[in-house]
Amino acid sequence: MASIFQGFGAATSLSSSASFDTKKLQFSSLRSLSGKRASCVVVRSGGVKMDSDSNRIGGRGDQLVTNAVATKVDNPAASTASKPGHELLLFEALREGLEEEMERDARVCVMGEDVGHYGGSYKVTKGLAPKYGDLRVLDTPIAENSFTGMGIGAAMMGLRPIIEGMNMGFLLLAFNQISNNCGMLHYTSGGQFKIPVVIRGPGGVGRQLGAEHSQRLESYFQSIPGIQMVACSTPYNAKGLMKAAIRSDNPVILFEHVLLYNLKERIPDEEYVLNLEEAEMVRPGEHVTILTYSRMRYHVMQAAKTLVNKGYDPEVIDIRSLKPFDLYTIGNSIKKTHRVLIVEECMRTGGIGASLTAAITENFHDYLDAPIMCLSSQDVPTPYAGTLEEWTVVQPPQIVAAVEQLCR
Amino acid sequence: MFGSINHTSSVTNSLFSRQFLHPPLQDHAGIKPFFGGRRSHTATSFSNDVDQLPTEAPLQQELNFPGGKVKFMPKRIFTSGSNEERTNCYRVLNENGELIVDSDSLKISKELGVKMYKDMVTLQVMDTIFYEAQRQGRVSFYLTTIGEEAINIASAAALDNNDFVFPQYREPGVLLWRGFTLQEFANQLFGNKYDYGKGRQMPIHYGSKKHNYVTVSSTVATQIPQAVGAAYSMKMQKQDSCTITYFGDGGSSTGDFHAGLNFSAVMEVPVIFFCRNNGWAISTPISDQFRSDGIVVRGKAYGVPSIRVDGNDALAIYSAVYEARKMAIEKQTPVLIEALTYRAGHHSTSDDSTKYRPVDEIEWWRDDQNPVKWFKTWIENKGWWSDQAESEQRSSVRKQLSQAIQAAERVEKPPVADMFNDVYDVPPKNLNEQEVILRENIKKHAQEYPSNVAV
Repeated sequence: MASIFQGFGAATSLSSSASFDTKKLQFSSLRSLSGKRASCVVVRSGGVKMDSDSNRIGGRGDQLVTNAVATKVDNPAASTASKPGHELLLFEALREGLEEEMERDARVCVMGEDVGHYGGSYKVTKGLAPKYGDLRVLDTPIAENSFTGMGIGAAMMGLRPIIEGMNMGFLLLAFNQISNNCGMLHYTSGGQFKIPVVIRGPGGVGRQLGAEHSQRLESYFQSIPGIQMVACSTPYNAKGLMKAAIRSDNPVILFEHVLLYNLKERIPDEEYVLNLEEAEMVRPGEHVTILTYSRMRYHVMQAAKTLVNKGYDPEVIDIRSLKPFDLYTIGNSIKKTHRVLIVEECMRTGGIGASLTAAITENFHDYLDAPIMCLSSQDVPTPYAGTLEEWTVVQPPQIVAAVEQLCR
Repeated sequence: MFGSINHTSSVTNSLFSRQFLHPPLQDHAGIKPFFGGRRSHTATSFSNDVDQLPTEAPLQQELNFPGGKVKFMPKRIFTSGSNEERTNCYRVLNENGELIVDSDSLKISKELGVKMYKDMVTLQVMDTIFYEAQRQGRVSFYLTTIGEEAINIASAAALDNNDFVFPQYREPGVLLWRGFTLQEFANQLFGNKYDYGKGRQMPIHYGSKKHNYVTVSSTVATQIPQAVGAAYSMKMQKQDSCTITYFGDGGSSTGDFHAGLNFSAVMEVPVIFFCRNNGWAISTPISDQFRSDGIVVRGKAYGVPSIRVDGNDALAIYSAVYEARKMAIEKQTPVLIEALTYRAGHHSTSDDSTKYRPVDEIEWWRDDQNPVKWFKTWIENKGWWSDQAESEQRSSVRKQLSQAIQAAERVEKPPVADMFNDVYDVPPKNLNEQEVILRENIKKHAQEYPSNVAV
């Protein structure tokens, strides 16, 4: 292993892997697995480490993550040396951000299914209806296209609505309003009418919620001109991004993840608002740039621990801003490490990873020492069965293997 | 729901109490409990002794289900899909331009009446001339309002300028009433640099913030829930105004219509839903669009007060909208108005309606049931109008229009920069880059790009 490590400092291109003997790696193409499908799709196939104990790619069963968050987040950005701050869970952080903005600006209102009396399916709006009244925290009938349209109409009249999709997948019903009106009306009206809405909700693959409730809408929405998209992943950035999204005059879609709501973190007492277009440096490093967002950040950090033990020094960036990409931060990282691995939950085709790959290739091709690797979910509906579902999501051992592959 | 939330439902199965399946979760002051504002309570009458039904136990006449008390009936009676008689239509002027005896039409002043008529004429002339301009190839597209001039002008006249309008696309008369000039119309049609939409939308997709008229969006009926949301905003900000949204018989089939009406009733917001039932959705006649008695009967299904008016009777429309507005604002309720009329023109310049409907039918409605002609008879009878005034008005408007068209045609198109701004509040980096690339291309291949666009 030491040879791999040394190879790094010197190597500037993949071809200098003369010190590596491909026979040393257990090499098998994805197809030769005994009937089982690959648990993720890798841009460069082959070179994946296979454990002889199990048929699964990526190693032993006990290395597979059973919790969304296996490790405490190593998040330097959140640490505040000055004040003690307070601890809370991610959904509480969202609520805190929401409440602060509602307090600050009387035009901010919330609408969605079960957000009022019930407090929201994920408790993000709990306690807000009793405090602000059930007009400002509005329970809507089940018609996503229509209450999204309502939010757009209210926004044109001066309110700042936050439209909650109970699950991001339900917003597919609102696609007409989001694409044709939310994204377009500021433009087609010649700038006369602005739509400062925030559309938010939980998405991503959860725990056996079935295909319809495990969608990654960021894939579908990313093309719509006129909207911005951000994804939160920690209580700190959840609150900051929520506040920034509400204050923005553009329509913003804030992607939360079903499995991250109970993450706990200590956040500052003082008020803070994050930049919507900025990525977050999670772990600086030298060898490889790993770009990720939302829940996959935790899988990457889990893998990072293993990688560090193996002698690698990955740089982990939570891209946070899905539209537009923070190519400044990403570019600087690539110029340093020359290797990119994208880890996402989206499907292989047309996901955020696909767009990011294209953007990086266009802008930073000359800085790359290896083709970009992208770990995504397969192009299948998310199965219900727990084991199958796990295999559709990128797991830390695959990330480790990919980095090893990339850094050969 | 999913994952973290447990909720228990207490369902008591005993005969003695009829609780809701979900008891109201929290009872906060000022917040309505779950269902329809009614609390659960036990059924009106039953016996405590279940083992032995007394021979003369009083029968349960009604029950307080979720949603309210309902009476029982022992016979299977299905309500018919349609009433014996269709809903009556509100009309105050007869065919001779006289007020019908004991109509409750509102009185309008000479000033208002004359302005209404003048604007109807302007709209008519504008439609004719712009349509011709499209046929001549000067404008790429146009859509007329022929046959619906009364709907446009009279409804606008009954509103206040602070009332927000969410149009479909056949309501330029509302803008005209509020002061949009012929030049402004022409600028939008030609998409020149004076267009408020900055040349970004097709012709007839007018929009003007200062006139409280939201930019037309091509998608059908998406404006309906937006109008409801805007009305919700007005309610929240306690404004003394309402919103109005227009749509056709075709638009009433959409999901957005259903949810918009439903929401508005639940939220009790001041919105007027104005349906222009003109008999045709492009080539689809209403017999293929729905089987209900028009759209007015649907109001009841959602709990929205409604009225059917004669869409060719300007006074009836004026009175109905005036009253609806008052109701909407004072009682904070939505109102549905269905105006029956006929689309005397083609759907648009891309359509030739003689292909799917008889020419004599079109001509009968266009000439005999002409709302402009009808209103003219009334104001002439009142001595407020004359033939001379008529010819003066028409020729003046024609002249203004040809000047407006010529002027609009000559004005430059919006500059290239307008392609990239207003997508966001501030252009992001990728759009700036794309603009630079485009400009380079234009410079390199100048002959491939139009010359009348400022770079």
